[in-house]
Amino acid sequence: MNTSQNTTEKRFQRIPMREQDPSERSGNFNEVPFGYSEEEAVAEAQRCLKCKKPLCVQGCPVNVKIPEFIGLIAEGKFAEAAQKLKETNALPAICGRVCPQEEQCESKCILGKKGDPVAVGNLERFAADWERQHGEVTIPKKKLPNGKKVAVIGSGPAGLTCAGELVKDGFDVTIFEALHEPGGVLVYGIPEFRLPKQIVRQEINYLEKLGVRIEKNFIVGKTATIDDLLNEEGFCAVFVGSGAGLPSFMNIKGENLIGVYSANEYLTRSNLMKAFQNNAHTPIMKGKRVVTVGGGNVAMDSARTALRLGAEKSMIVYRRSETEMPARKAEVHHAKEEGIEFHLLCNPVEIEGNEDGFVQNIKCIKMELGEPDNSGRRSPKPVAGSEFDLDCDVVIIAIGNKPNPLIPSSTPQLKVSKWGTIEADESNGKTSMKKVYAGGDIVTGAATVILAMGAGKIAAKSIIEEL
Amino acid sequence: MAKIIRKEKLSELVWRFRLDAPRIARKRKAGQFIILRPSNDTERIPLTIANADEAQGWIEIIFQVVGRTTLILSELSEGESVLDLAGPLGKPTHVEKFGKCLCIGGGVGVAPLYPIVCALKNAGNEITTIIGSRTKELLILHDEMLEKSDRVLVTTDDGSMGAKGFVSDVFNDLQNRGEHFDTAFVIGPVIMMKVTTSLTVKAGITTYASLNPIMIDGTGMCGGCRVTVGGKTRFACVDGPEFDASGIDWDEMIKRLNSYRAFESKAQKSHVCKMEGVR
Ligand SMILES: Cc1cc2nc3c(=O)[nH]c(=O)nc-3n(C[C@H](O)[C@H](O)[C@H](O)COP(=O)(O)OP(=O)(O)OC[C@H]3O[C@@H](n4cnc5c(N)ncnc54)[C@H](O)[C@@H]3O)c2cc1C
Ligand code: FES
Repeated sequence: MNTSQNTTEKRFQRIPMREQDPSERSGNFNEVPFGYSEEEAVAEAQRCLKCKKPLCVQGCPVNVKIPEFIGLIAEGKFAEAAQKLKETNALPAICGRVCPQEEQCESKCILGKKGDPVAVGNLERFAADWERQHGEVTIPKKKLPNGKKVAVIGSGPAGLTCAGELVKDGFDVTIFEALHEPGGVLVYGIPEFRLPKQIVRQEINYLEKLGVRIEKNFIVGKTATIDDLLNEEGFCAVFVGSGAGLPSFMNIKGENLIGVYSANEYLTRSNLMKAFQNNAHTPIMKGKRVVTVGGGNVAMDSARTALRLGAEKSMIVYRRSETEMPARKAEVHHAKEEGIEFHLLCNPVEIEGNEDGFVQNIKCIKMELGEPDNSGRRSPKPVAGSEFDLDCDVVIIAIGNKPNPLIPSSTPQLKVSKWGTIEADESNGKTSMKKVYAGGDIVTGAATVILAMGAGKIAAKSIIEEL
Repeated sequence: MAKIIRKEKLSELVWRFRLDAPRIARKRKAGQFIILRPSNDTERIPLTIANADEAQGWIEIIFQVVGRTTLILSELSEGESVLDLAGPLGKPTHVEKFGKCLCIGGGVGVAPLYPIVCALKNAGNEITTIIGSRTKELLILHDEMLEKSDRVLVTTDDGSMGAKGFVSDVFNDLQNRGEHFDTAFVIGPVIMMKVTTSLTVKAGITTYASLNPIMIDGTGMCGGCRVTVGGKTRFACVDGPEFDASGIDWDEMIKRLNSYRAFESKAQKSHVCKMEGVR
C-alpha cells in the first residue's frame, strides 16, 4: 500500500533539471540548466501515461509525435527518440530550450491536472543533445537534385526550416542572410546562457552538409531585390523569412541619451558581436544600475545579460502585472532567482540625463489594470500623480519589434498589412506575389521559434507541391 | 569576403581601397554606403562608397584611421580580403537638376562628397566645390574634384594650400560677394557640418548633410544609429544617411558619437602603440 502510494506520488512529480546555482550563474554566461542524465530522462519519460488521444500533440504548433519520442526515451532508445522528433521538428535542441512549453504541449498534459505535467521540453532537449553528443547525427536520405533553385531570405528558424525541407526534396537552396553570421534571433538575440551558440552553429553546419548554400552579408532589397532573384538570377521561388527585426521605442523624452539601447542593439552587441566575452573589442555600456523596460523574453534576456555584464542592480519595469507578462514562466522564474528586481504596474514617462548626455535616471508612473483589451490582457492606465524616479546608467527598451520594411518597400507588388507584416496564407505560405512565399515573424509579427519553424515547413511543402 | 584589388595611401592617415564587389558595384548609387568587418574580432563599420565601376565590378572606399578597426583595416595588404562586406546601404542622394549646387567637404568627408559631385554633374548642375583640411598633405581628391566641378575652392586650417581658414569662411566670402546657390551638400567632421550648415541654411539654401553616427547592422535592426531630425527620431542607416540639415539636432549627434570614446581609445592603444601621437 505504502509503495503504491509512493509510485502514485512519483507519477505526479517531475524530475527536476539540475541548474547552475543562481548566485554563481548571474556572474557567467554559461547555460543555466545542465540537462538530464540518462537515468533522469528515462525516469521522467516513464511518467508519461501514453494517452490514446494525446492532447499534448494538439498543443504543439507543429504536432511533434510526443508520446512516441517519449516512449523511446523510456525504453532507452535515445537515438531513435531524436530521429522521431526530427520527423516533425528540425531543430529539437533549440526548441527544447526556448519553446514556451507551459503554454503549449505541457499545458495539455493530463498529469498536469493533479500534479506536474510531463517535462516534454526537457526530454526533447535531452534526446537532441544525446544524439549530438554521441555523434549519431545521420544525414537523411535526399531526393535526387531536381535542378530547381529556391531562394530563402533570412536564416532564422523560419528560413532554416524551410531550407532544410527543400534541400531534402532535391531543391537547390540558397539562403540569403543580411548579417555576417546565420541564425537570426537565435544568434543575435537569445543569449548564450539560454541557448549556447554552438548548438545553433551545429544545426547550420548540418544544413550546409545537406547542401544548403548560405550567402551572408546579402541584404535582399539592397544587394538584390526579390524581382532580381526571380527574373535575373534564375530562382523559381522565394521564401521570405526575414523576421521582425525593427525595434520599437517609446517616443518619450530622453530616449536618445547615451546609455539608452534598444534590446536589439544591446543583445546584438553582447551576443553577435561578442561583447560578453572578457577580451571583447565591441564596446557595450556595462551599467551599474540597469533598467529594462518590457515583460517578454526579450526583456528577461536583456536584464539577465546586464546582470552578467556586471550590473549591481538589474531592474525590470513593466506596465502590467506578472500574470500578463508574455515571457516564458521559466525565464521569469530564473530572472527572479538571480535577483532581478521587478517593478510591475509602472511605466516610464521620461529618461533624464546629465549635461554630457549620459542617462541618470528614469521617471516612471504607477499603473493600474482596467478592462481586458483586444488581446485579452487587461489594459493598464496611469495613476495620476504617482511618478517616481529610478536611478540608472543604462536603459534597455524591450517593448517589442516590428517587421523591417526593407523587403516590402523594395517589392511593391507584395501586399502588407497595416502593421507592416507581409500578408501570407497561413495554410500554404503564399503571398500576393506569384512564386513568393513568406512565414515566421515577418508574417505574424514577433512570435515564437516554433511558430516560425512551422511556417517555414508549411511553405516548403507548398513550394514542393507547386514546382 | 571581398578582395582588396588596389590599396593606396592618400595622405598620412587616409587610405583608398578598391574592393572586388560586383553586386554592390552594380546596385550602388551616389550617397550610399557599405558596412564592412575587416576580420574576426573587429567592429562592423560603415563607409561611403566613394567610387565604383559596374563593368569592372569594383567599389572604392576611402577611410581615415581613427580607431582599432580602421587601423586593422589599413594593415591589410593588396590581394588580401576583408572578411565581411555588405551593401549598398542607405538611401541614395536625391539627385535632380537643381541649378547651382554647392558641395562642401571637410577632411575625409571629401571622399563621400565625391560621388555626389559626380552624380550632380551628370544631372546637369553647375557645381562649386569647397574642400578643406587641416593642412596641404591631408587634402584628398583635389584633382578628381577639379575634373568634375565647375570650380573648386580650397582651404586649409594652416594656409599651406588655398585660403587659410575653414570651409565656412570660404562660404562666407562667396555670400559676401553676392553669390547665390540653389542646393548645398555638406559632409565632414560633425562640428564642421554643424557650423557650415547653419550658415547655408541661414542663407536660404536647401542644405543636405550626410550623417555618420555609430552603426552596427546598417539595416534598421538596432536603432544605434538614431538621430533627431525635425524633432523626430530617424535611423540614419535606413532613413538617411542624408538629411535636410535645417532640422538636425547636432548637439545630440555630437554627444552620441562620444558614447564609447573611453572604450575606443583603450582598444586602439592595446592594438598597437606605434600609432601614438598621430591623432
Ligand atoms: C531576445 C529574444 C528572445 C526570444 N526568446 C524566445 C523564446 O524563448 N522562445 C521562443 O519561442 N521565441 C523567442 N523569441 C522569438 C523568436 O526568436 C522569433 O519568433 C523567431 O526567431 C522568428 O523566426 P524568423 O525565422 O521568423 O525570424 P528571425 O529569427 O528574426 O530571422 C530573420 C533573419 O532574416 C534576416 N534578414 C532580415 N531582413 C533581411 C533581408 N532583407 N535580407 C536578408 N536577410 C534578412 C535577419 O538578419 C535574420 O537573421 C525571442 C526573440 C528575441 C529577440
Ligand atoms: S545601424 Fe542598426 S539600425 Fe541603423
